[in-house]
Amino acid sequence: MDILGIPIQALMGQLMLGIVNGSFYAVLSLGLAIIFGVLKIVNFAHGAFFMVGAFTAFLLAQYMGANYWMTLLLAPLLVALFGMAFEFLFLRRLYGLDPIYGLLLTFSLVLVLEGGFRVAFGSSGQPFATPEQLRGTINLGFMILPLYRGFVIVSALLLCLVTWYVIERTSLGANLRAATERSELTQAFGVNVPRLITLTYGVGVGLAAFAGVLAAPIFHVNPSMGSSLVIIIFAVVVIGGLGSIMGAIVTGLGLGVVEGFTRVFYSEFSSTIVFLVMVLVLLLRPAGLFGREEG
Amino acid sequence: MPAKNSLKTLMVSSAVLSLGGLSSAMASEGYSDDVVRIGVLTDMSGIYTDLSGEAAVEAVRMAVEDFGGEVNGVPIEVIHGDHRNRADTGASRAREWYNNDGVDMINDLSNSGVALAVAAVADEQQRHAISNSASNIGLTNDYCSPYVTHYTYDAYSLAHGTGKSIVEDGGDTWFFLTVDFAFGIGLEEQVSEVVREAGGQVVGAARHPLDTTDFSSYALQAQASGAEIIGIASTGADAINAINALAEFGVTPDQRPAALLLWYDDIVSLGLETAQGLLLTNAFYWDANDETREFSQRFYERTGRMPNMAHAGNYSSTMHYLNAVEAAGTDDATAVSEAMREMEINDFFASGGYIRPNGRMVHDQYLWEVKSPDESEYDYDFMRLVTTIPGEEAFQPLEKSSCHLLNGS
Amino acid sequence: MRPLSSALLALGLLALLAVPFFPQLVYSIFVMKTLCFVLFACAFNLLLGHTGILSFGHAAFFGTGAYVTGVLVKAYGVPTELGILAGGLVAAALGAIIGALAIRRSGIYLAMITLALSQLVFFFFLQAPFTGAEDGLQRIPRGTFLGIVDLRNDTALYYVVLGIVGAGLWLVWRTVNSPFGHVLRAIREHEPRAISLGYPVARYKVLVFTISAGLSGVAGALKAIVFQLAALYDAHWHTSGDVILMTLMGGMSTVFGPAVGAALVSALNHYLDPFGAWVTVITGLVFMTCVLTFRQGVVGQLGQLLRSRRPSAPAAKVDSRPHTNHR
Repeated sequence: MDILGIPIQALMGQLMLGIVNGSFYAVLSLGLAIIFGVLKIVNFAHGAFFMVGAFTAFLLAQYMGANYWMTLLLAPLLVALFGMAFEFLFLRRLYGLDPIYGLLLTFSLVLVLEGGFRVAFGSSGQPFATPEQLRGTINLGFMILPLYRGFVIVSALLLCLVTWYVIERTSLGANLRAATERSELTQAFGVNVPRLITLTYGVGVGLAAFAGVLAAPIFHVNPSMGSSLVIIIFAVVVIGGLGSIMGAIVTGLGLGVVEGFTRVFYSEFSSTIVFLVMVLVLLLRPAGLFGREEG
Repeated sequence: MPAKNSLKTLMVSSAVLSLGGLSSAMASEGYSDDVVRIGVLTDMSGIYTDLSGEAAVEAVRMAVEDFGGEVNGVPIEVIHGDHRNRADTGASRAREWYNNDGVDMINDLSNSGVALAVAAVADEQQRHAISNSASNIGLTNDYCSPYVTHYTYDAYSLAHGTGKSIVEDGGDTWFFLTVDFAFGIGLEEQVSEVVREAGGQVVGAARHPLDTTDFSSYALQAQASGAEIIGIASTGADAINAINALAEFGVTPDQRPAALLLWYDDIVSLGLETAQGLLLTNAFYWDANDETREFSQRFYERTGRMPNMAHAGNYSSTMHYLNAVEAAGTDDATAVSEAMREMEINDFFASGGYIRPNGRMVHDQYLWEVKSPDESEYDYDFMRLVTTIPGEEAFQPLEKSSCHLLNGS
Repeated sequence: MRPLSSALLALGLLALLAVPFFPQLVYSIFVMKTLCFVLFACAFNLLLGHTGILSFGHAAFFGTGAYVTGVLVKAYGVPTELGILAGGLVAAALGAIIGALAIRRSGIYLAMITLALSQLVFFFFLQAPFTGAEDGLQRIPRGTFLGIVDLRNDTALYYVVLGIVGAGLWLVWRTVNSPFGHVLRAIREHEPRAISLGYPVARYKVLVFTISAGLSGVAGALKAIVFQLAALYDAHWHTSGDVILMTLMGGMSTVFGPAVGAALVSALNHYLDPFGAWVTVITGLVFMTCVLTFRQGVVGQLGQLLRSRRPSAPAAKVDSRPHTNHR
């Protein structure tokens, strides 16, 4: 059976790959959405943190002999700590101002990080081996999927769900949401709002770094690996609806699939399709697919 | 013309004149501002820094030092600049160098957009430009100039080197993974032509946007095409990601990837595990013979990296330019241009190389195969020579060039 | 205008007029490039600073200006001045379309719509056969100005560029200081009030969008003529980012602050070459320092400093403008 001249089996394969790719978008846009929700700042350095995550994993493996599983745990933590330091020292000076200043500061950070890694490690990048346990393939009937890609889907979605649960269903999350809506009042109730904000930035950045480590074995680890990602991720968040955690996750996955099919039917357009979708969504549903209409 | 040098210049140039039988136009010329100034315009901070960058500047400096630091008693100076991979930035810097700073020759010129723009400025200002790391064959066709030299390789030599050898070796059905840029599409067209001429068949192509990270979808399409050869018409991170994905999805052994523009540095960053068995056309490999090893060892000591073909080309072309300046007895661009096109190039980089009237430096190209990790015996032991492609076959035949200088007008 | 500002302006103008006579001090082509960005940034700031609209897609207009002019002059032999005019007009038309779509939302959503539409424009330029994709549209002839002045001469070109940019800046200044400009400021400060006062706010916004886009197009067109090439980067979102950066560096609450910002950013790009690979890091650190220390931009901060020195003038409340209202 064919659809538009392409066997349905091949399309199933593309769907699967779209979900793999979408898993990266989901983790990344989740982090960006959390940061925007609480800090009201467009974290332009999100793609750079993705890159730093991958590089940290590479360095841990190369110089500390860490195995893949340790890097998957340690690299996001280290990057999150760095992010929290950045928030604590610089970013918080800009709260309450036009969000464009936050955008500018995080953009400057991109230059420093990308430039710095390029000076230190060159522009052409580093090889990163797939962990032993995840080499090989699984036969899904309609396609042969490399085991590692399967691992990406599982771990990414698990992480997304845990994050969603913490924010939407626990008391920590409740404090966080309260701090977002009524900062002073929450502070009055004895919640340390600034610390909560720092923590949030750390979590968002850590998610980006986690995606970076996940990407390291299959994408190329190089200083510019995140630079074209950030506007796509931001489009995903906007399409999902600013402030909607679930929206970011679902839209991330969905975009992966849409992009995958575009690669089959009109490949040249595959990096632009997200913007076409965004225009249409914003004109038809002003608050995004999952956002609440306000005012 | 500066007076103090005139006597010496006159003596030297008349000596050259009687020796080399060069055109007489140069005899009265001297050295502008008493210095021969070379500018290295390259990507110092962007995605091509590893391909040229600071190491390219170092290669040119090495050539100048090996030449003796002066030509006919006139000092040689090397300056460098960053074009940021933007044609306007490159053109503006080139113009400033030629106009204000007395730069006589600009070398390297990575990035085809920059190279074309600087070639236009060089032609207008009548100063030299030599490109070693750009691939666009426009430099020796529509944009050719007596002052522009395309030295190391070009898209034509890549297509005819890799494409032809593979088809002759029996790989005659092709599928292309092409970056959706003029560079990628041009390369795909060139190789397709070669494949068809040799009796092969092109079964399909997928064109991906620049900076695609996930190539799994394309790997699947390539698999489904059933082609024997997957031609990768992209470079840098795109090519590396494509090769990674093809390896991950197991397109080998029935299908083989062929990288149409892969740099030595790309193999380093791919790792031999993934890159083994890849075929690539490069004009230079450090471990080819004693001469290349000697140069590469010195280069390594200065830069901490092995030279790729652009670095070697930077050195060799600078040397050739300086030899021509010496022979011509002047840095006058027209005289030097004539000398450059008359003198043969014989060094570690090229033997019997020469520059055609359209600026194309013709020399042998080589098809290499990447070794497997087991075959690699020492550091940087990455490639094995498959075949040598004679310069006359590797480059576009002169009669096919659309260069206006060839019409005799 | 205050005497000090007038004096500074006159001094600046004098310096600009003298540029071609001191080639060793500053290179006139570099100044021309900077002038193009000066016009671009000031045009952009009509939206950001004076109306409170953040466009993240202005590269579309800049690039359109460059390509339209380039193609007309190179392929169709259109006289240079008409080519530039056409570049500006087409960019303005595009600005009217994009503006009309974008202003249906506000704040961050508006910015994202402009980004998305400019990405579509970029895709068009990438695919269109006449642009030469990443190689760029090369060797655009400079031609003559009004059939008299030969623009192949750098000095002649310089004064023509200076004149056109000056006219453009005058237009920006007139727009800001006209009744129209006052309404724009009212929209920026409190849009619902402007609506309730009966102003056709949407129409005003589209109009200012059109003017801004048209002037950005002229800036792009000039750059294409100066460098004789139009490149994909002109339409890339990085260029949209650059102009935001320039505007904020200079100060968006002033009319000509963005001009200073444009000069600053261009100079950073031009004079940091000796640092080699470190240039990206250094640029980033400079921007970081700027945004943390003088948030109102160089000109805004300078203005505040001058005001606070004069006890007669009340310490100005120049809290960087009220935020673009994002919903």
